[in-house]
Amino acid sequence: MSTNVVLTIVVGALFAAGVYLILERSLTRVLVGILLIGNGVNILFLVASGPAGKAPLLGSNAADEISDPLPQALVLTAIVITLGVSAFVLAMAYRSWQLNQHDDVQDDVEDALIRRLAEMDEASASYDRSAGGTLDEEGSDVPDVTSSQPDGSGDRGTS
Amino acid sequence: MTMLALIAAHIVAAVAAPALVRALDRRAFAVLAVIPAGAFVWALSQTNSVTGERGGAVEEHRTWIDSVGLDLSFRLSALSWLMTLVVTGVGALVLVFCAYYFRPGANGTKRFAGVLTAFAGAMLGLVLADDLILLYVFWELTTVLSYLLIGHNPERRANRRAAMQALIVTTAGGLAMLVGVVMLGQISGTYRISAILAAPPSGTAVTVAVMLLLAGAVSKSALVPFHFWLPGAMAAPTPVSAYLHAAAMVKAGVYLVALLAPAFADVTPWRPTLMSLGVATMILGGLRALRQNDLKLLLAYGTVSQLGFLMVLTGAGTQVAALAGLAMLLAHALFKAALFLLVGVIDRCTGTRDIRRLNGVWSRMPVAFAAAVLAAGSMAGLPPLAAFVAKETAYEAFVNGEAGMPAAASWATLAGLVIGSALTVAYSARFLWGGFARKDGMHAAGEPAGECKTPAVGFVAPSVLLALAGLAVGFAGAVETRLLRPYIELFPSHGHSSSLSLWHGFNLALGLSVLSLIIGLMLFHRRVAVERVQHRLAPRLDAEAGYRAMMRNLDRLAVSITGATQRGSLPVYIAVILIVVITVPGTALLAVNYSWSALHWWDTPAQAVVSAVIVIAAIGAARSRRRLKAVILTGVVGYGAALLFVLHGAPDLALTQILVETITLVIFVLVLRKLPTYFSDRPLTASRWWRMAVGVLVGLVMATLTFAAASSRTEAPVSEGYPGPAVSYGGGENVVNVALVDIRVWDTMGEISVLVVAATGVASLIFLITGRSGRWRTSLDTSQVPRFRTTDQPTRTRWLATSQVMAPDRRSLVVEVVTRLLFHTILIFSIYLLFTGHNNPGGGFAGGLVAGLALTVRYVAGGRRELNAAAPVDAGLVLGIGLFIATGSGLIPLMFGGEVLQSVLIDLDLPLIGHVHFVTSLFFDVGVYLVVIGLVLDMLRSLGGGIDSDYENDDASDAGRSDDADADDEPAGPRPAEPEPYLPGAGA
Repeated sequence: MSTNVVLTIVVGALFAAGVYLILERSLTRVLVGILLIGNGVNILFLVASGPAGKAPLLGSNAADEISDPLPQALVLTAIVITLGVSAFVLAMAYRSWQLNQHDDVQDDVEDALIRRLAEMDEASASYDRSAGGTLDEEGSDVPDVTSSQPDGSGDRGTS
Repeated sequence: MTMLALIAAHIVAAVAAPALVRALDRRAFAVLAVIPAGAFVWALSQTNSVTGERGGAVEEHRTWIDSVGLDLSFRLSALSWLMTLVVTGVGALVLVFCAYYFRPGANGTKRFAGVLTAFAGAMLGLVLADDLILLYVFWELTTVLSYLLIGHNPERRANRRAAMQALIVTTAGGLAMLVGVVMLGQISGTYRISAILAAPPSGTAVTVAVMLLLAGAVSKSALVPFHFWLPGAMAAPTPVSAYLHAAAMVKAGVYLVALLAPAFADVTPWRPTLMSLGVATMILGGLRALRQNDLKLLLAYGTVSQLGFLMVLTGAGTQVAALAGLAMLLAHALFKAALFLLVGVIDRCTGTRDIRRLNGVWSRMPVAFAAAVLAAGSMAGLPPLAAFVAKETAYEAFVNGEAGMPAAASWATLAGLVIGSALTVAYSARFLWGGFARKDGMHAAGEPAGECKTPAVGFVAPSVLLALAGLAVGFAGAVETRLLRPYIELFPSHGHSSSLSLWHGFNLALGLSVLSLIIGLMLFHRRVAVERVQHRLAPRLDAEAGYRAMMRNLDRLAVSITGATQRGSLPVYIAVILIVVITVPGTALLAVNYSWSALHWWDTPAQAVVSAVIVIAAIGAARSRRRLKAVILTGVVGYGAALLFVLHGAPDLALTQILVETITLVIFVLVLRKLPTYFSDRPLTASRWWRMAVGVLVGLVMATLTFAAASSRTEAPVSEGYPGPAVSYGGGENVVNVALVDIRVWDTMGEISVLVVAATGVASLIFLITGRSGRWRTSLDTSQVPRFRTTDQPTRTRWLATSQVMAPDRRSLVVEVVTRLLFHTILIFSIYLLFTGHNNPGGGFAGGLVAGLALTVRYVAGGRRELNAAAPVDAGLVLGIGLFIATGSGLIPLMFGGEVLQSVLIDLDLPLIGHVHFVTSLFFDVGVYLVVIGLVLDMLRSLGGGIDSDYENDDASDAGRSDDADADDEPAGPRPAEPEPYLPGAGA
């Protein structure tokens, strides 16, 4: 099947510009990037679906002259979904601006904390650091095991 | 189905236990004890059929999950008969003990009662199971339940840590065991244990499988190097220690070894492993026990020591050793459970278990002391008690050197057993002395105050019973030998046979018994010196420290890996994905055989022109530092794409694209009016080239992919078959629309669901989940809002519903007039698009978007109150009704025997209207139409009205703080607190 060169170039250009933008931190630019890539994908479908033809309206055009209708149905779905995605990302950008006065995606603070732990040669927060004391304490059957009033004193040994 | 019923009874009792405890408080334990006691009686009733000369087995078999060959197979043989008696008998006594041990109304007793009863059931299942997988299930059930029991008081860190440690160690062994189970089952072709034992397979794989099974047994029975979890588990309440850590769970490993020994004791690594680990554990446990001041820990290390002993005996694989092993197993369960329960009594009655504080307890509770003497005497191997008989036979087994191993190894094992026994004697004496004796130098004033002067009868009775049973068994050696014969005879005789007896005459075994007794008593006598030596020799590094180091290193490794891979930066993550796209699919594209001849520049020259515009606009959008400019250039790209759709012959796409692009622009502007004009300026020079490179490479890959996809088609398109059926079945001439609402209707169904989710997400983000209805409804009632009365604005010229409440300087007469004229026209056009869509460009999507544009116009002209007047409904309601209609139209064909979402052509001749032809898929399209309207309404209300009212509220509070409110904007009369009656400037 013959390939439409001009449209292929358009696909490449839209992807290049879109990728350049989604590697940004500003959510608005990321969204613009997503929209460009979305258009690129739609045109990719167009190219891959074959040559141009007449509109797939059987009332006015013959069945063997029309362009491929199936990719059109898929792309139509994609276009409307993109609208929903845009609205959602915009709402996120607004919310981010409302909270932080900017719409940049920040680095995850928790990940930075973990990285710092690794640099300091520390175990994670969930690791039980206590060496366990003596076995005497470990084995002790403290009274609150059987009392009806928890005194909340936690680690208390009787020995 | 008796065995299954017994296990089920435990489970039912466990479920009922919390309610029972609520009703009866701690007395409920005594009621629960009936269940294991019943199982005990049942096992006794089976004595004649499974033991003695007849020595058969009671079997039950029931298919459970046939497809994986998992059966509920149970089998009561002589070995499991003994284990059942131990597990159920001790279980019942421990439950009775619990009724006295816990204080009335104690915390957590409800859960404890349930878990302990369930544990008894799991343990019963473990010893009765005749299917490897079933055995494993019960095995791990006991692990999990023991985790809950050890962690009975989760508020104490020691409990949590001990529970977790026991869980990790035993589960690690259990997982190794599972691998062994599967290997053995697959090699044997059956998972029935009795079948495997009857015809044991052999080979390297079997050796590996058996060693993996041993790993499970060794970790469960707390052998070196896994022994440390058992003393840690003493954090559990004392009844748990008595049951799990003396009689039942830790014996599971011994039971498994005893079960497999007849078939696999001759596997090469079996004996060396078990003999060396067993002897090492026996000696190490004995030494550590001598160092303890806590009675419970002393017993715990004693248990470790005895488990090593039991492993040596059951693993040796000869008739005499097996007989000694089972006798020892019974004796140990009797004396160790009794001793643990006595520690519980001492603990409750004196308030301590520390032998440095206990003084003269024997005179306070003489009955308990008598029971302790019997039990500890048995532990030490004194005649005429149960353990003495077992130990005599044990020595005899190794004296004869017939244990299928070299004589030297046999003698070495024997020497280890004698040393271990001597240590056992020493710590038994230490227990009695420490727990009960009157010690010189300790005055009575230092005696801690306990709760009870003398323990209740029922509190001591279980231990007394167990101790007396130990005495009785000592005299019943001949009976025991006869009962256990079916198991013993599974081993080759090697020409030796023995029987349990108090008196075998003067022989080496008796001499060794006396020897270990003397050494043990000497060790006890010189205990001060022994302690000093022990303190000097105490290892700085023990197994538990090793375990902790391992766990910490594991945690550190996780931290390092997480820190190295999770950079927490979104651009980095996306870049990683994209670079993979470039390298993997990009490389694969190089291998495609491209048909370079099949290229054409364009279908029509107009494509080239439009393409040039698109590419320039895209580059401009990427370079732009101004938000609005970037958005408008993106709009240019979108409209350009619409033109390409037209040129391609896709009018539906073009229509939808233009409508979506317009609405996108509107919502962009609605949000961007609040965001800064320029993107945040940061030094980007370094990363910019890098991002550009990734972008260009991805673009290149995608262009190549497009070429490859277009040029590699060999089959005719699927859609070539669409046009005919579209008309005859779908009843429509617009093939794209028929595809959407009929041929590929499931896609559309999924899509409108996504739209509903997206709309909900948008509303949640703006209204912060307070609901999309709450806020606009309060402001919907315009009568509450003060009117603007200005002289140059006659009130009767109302072009919009809410123009009275708009600030005059915000109004535009031209926009109002145009809106008034266009709104209903647009709506009618949208409905036309909806109905004509099946044959001509249009349909639910396009119609809904057009209707959404009509609402957008109303909003732009008159603000959010105007929007509310135009669509006085909740957006969620519209979305919901739309989804409901779409789903309903899909389900209705089912009622007429059709398929989901099948469409039917209907022709009706109605009076006055005439001939009506329609397709039922129209209803689906109506659902789509409503969902799209709901989405647009939601976006306008959230990103338009929601943001407006955010700012009005901010302005109102600002104005309230500073007194510089503009007097011209001030309405007549008192200022309303909420909400402000005008829109802020769109460009603010």
